[in-house]
Amino acid sequence: MKFSYYPGCTLKTRAASLDEAARLSAEALGVIMEELPEWQCCGAVYPMARDEYATKLSAVRALDGAKQSDQPLLTLCSACHHVIKRVNNDMRTDSEMRMKVNNYMQLDTPYAGETEVIHYLEMLRDAVGFGKLREKVTNPLSGRKIAAYYGCMLLRPSSVMQFDNPENPSIMEDFIAAIGAEPVKYPYRNECCGGYVSVEEKSIAQDMSRRITHSAASGGAEAVLTACPLCLYNLNENGTGEVQVYYFTELLAQALGLKTVEGGLAHAC
Amino acid sequence: MLVDEAEETKTIVKVSGVNAKKCMKCGKCSATCPSFAEMDIHPHRFVSMVEEGDVLALMQSKSLWKCLSCFACVERCPRGVEPANLIEAARLMVIRERGRNRLKAEMIPSLLDERMPQQLLVSAFRKYSK
Repeated sequence: MKFSYYPGCTLKTRAASLDEAARLSAEALGVIMEELPEWQCCGAVYPMARDEYATKLSAVRALDGAKQSDQPLLTLCSACHHVIKRVNNDMRTDSEMRMKVNNYMQLDTPYAGETEVIHYLEMLRDAVGFGKLREKVTNPLSGRKIAAYYGCMLLRPSSVMQFDNPENPSIMEDFIAAIGAEPVKYPYRNECCGGYVSVEEKSIAQDMSRRITHSAASGGAEAVLTACPLCLYNLNENGTGEVQVYYFTELLAQALGLKTVEGGLAHAC
Repeated sequence: MLVDEAEETKTIVKVSGVNAKKCMKCGKCSATCPSFAEMDIHPHRFVSMVEEGDVLALMQSKSLWKCLSCFACVERCPRGVEPANLIEAARLMVIRERGRNRLKAEMIPSLLDERMPQQLLVSAFRKYSK
């Protein structure tokens, strides 16, 4: 199983453990993640306006890069996944955008949304299989009660993201069960953490993040998993502090018995 | 500055791609909005204000800076109206004017902390500045 891989800006810096644990785990699972030789920041938020073209080009370049290798494009950060998947949908369905972007980019072959965009969790579910993952677990997280935090970007709008049921998702709980822990469902798992508003209005992000971490803790969770560096930041910095917040790949690597270099495993313990 | 409200309305409709006439006034967008308490004009009103051509008040609203782009209103609208696209378009109409950036590079050092992900700064710049 081979994928082109788009890491994104934060996974090379603040969220290095999300990336590192994903790569080590993929190797252990027989999945090859081939990082795109050239990639640019996706812009972190999807440009909703119909007349925004330049802000979508970096996503198109990544998508075309995967097309050149004839491989699906694997993403890991929720925001990158959201932006790239939605831009891909635009390239497939919006003829005016397709024309303008291709006129600008002058690729050898115009890009028309051919690449399949797959999030790492979808890869675990659909390419590896949670049953197979369960067999590869050498250090099951038995007895640990862990809650999934989906947030917004993976799920909505579901017409485009097609990730899971947007109101009652299960992929992360299935993942948690596959690594041997007990998944905890709680009401706020698909509510917003406050996102970018925390840069200037911390109080809004605090209200939202506190509701989430308190809700997870009230359900009995000791830890919360996320795929998004901004969600992790908000839940840690602006939450109640009642639960530990980890990247899902950190616990995956732990369950697979892998040692990570930058203390990611220690972080996850 | 001379502003033609009818022209601004047309631009917001075009840029957002929203057909406000599809709205059946159920209010689900406002009911589900996590920023509702912070907003002076609520999501269901964005839709009717655009429909009525009353966009200047929307462009001066503090709601422009409270929307989280969480897409709850988009997901849960039974008529596929996409109120978030309207607030995005109204915000763009403001920040595309010279000198109207909400977030400026010189403000960043005082807002930073060492755990802040790059993703946060990139997102905020994309939303608040041109």
